[in-house]
Amino acid sequence: MSVTLLALALLAAVVLGGGVGVVTARNVVHAALFLLLSLGGVAGVFLLLLAEFLALVQVLIYGGAVVIVLVFALMLTRSQDFAGVQDNPQWPLGLLAALVVFGVLTASFVLWKPTVQPPARVGFEEVGRELFLRWAIPFEMISLVLLLTLIGAIILAGERGGEG
Amino acid sequence: MSLLHLHLLSAALFALGLYGVLARRNAVLVLMAIELMLNAVNINLVASALFLDPSRLVGQVLVVFVITLAAAEVGLALAIILRLYRNRGTANLDEINLLRW
Repeated sequence: MSVTLLALALLAAVVLGGGVGVVTARNVVHAALFLLLSLGGVAGVFLLLLAEFLALVQVLIYGGAVVIVLVFALMLTRSQDFAGVQDNPQWPLGLLAALVVFGVLTASFVLWKPTVQPPARVGFEEVGRELFLRWAIPFEMISLVLLLTLIGAIILAGERGGEG
Repeated sequence: MSLLHLHLLSAALFALGLYGVLARRNAVLVLMAIELMLNAVNINLVASALFLDPSRLVGQVLVVFVITLAAAEVGLALAIILRLYRNRGTANLDEINLLRW
């Protein structure tokens, strides 16, 4: 067993363990902390896949912003059943659907035999050049989408939002 | 470490997120499960870029876009949840039946 495979196995245990915690934790704040663990594991997987830029972005945006905002939302919607049962009555059907999807995905990935190339590192410069030259217009569009979404969020969550 | 291992990891994470979306009651917990699914897609994109794409760049650029969209989605969805909570006093999806027939 090579070193990278061992590292991948450890990171996969962190990612999937955190994911199981997210979808099974009774306490919603614990679920948010499990989400942080899982997303940190994903950043580790990105590092293992030689994508340092994405690992940094993952830690900054998910670890720094998304989880904090989620915890804020949990605190602002603190309801009576905060620590009670968090699952639907139809959770067995959800489990069945998830198992079916996992089975189909696994079967297709196992049966698919693509020709792979040896891994090689791409630097920050190349990612930046690709992002700002070839993908410049999609990049501007996505920043416009982000801006409009956040303006919409401010309007919705504001004091008089959703009334007019 | 081969492409298959990474594909299996992303398939398992995606299935976990799908289970969370279908089984959870609290709207914020459903959002967390959606984040898990988006991260599964990101792992898959980066792995495919590394092992399949000759330029090794397109997958990484797409992941940047997915992360941006995920941030936008979280912001907007949390605004909607806060508004629902203020209007109806609950974040429980079973009790929010405004759009059901």
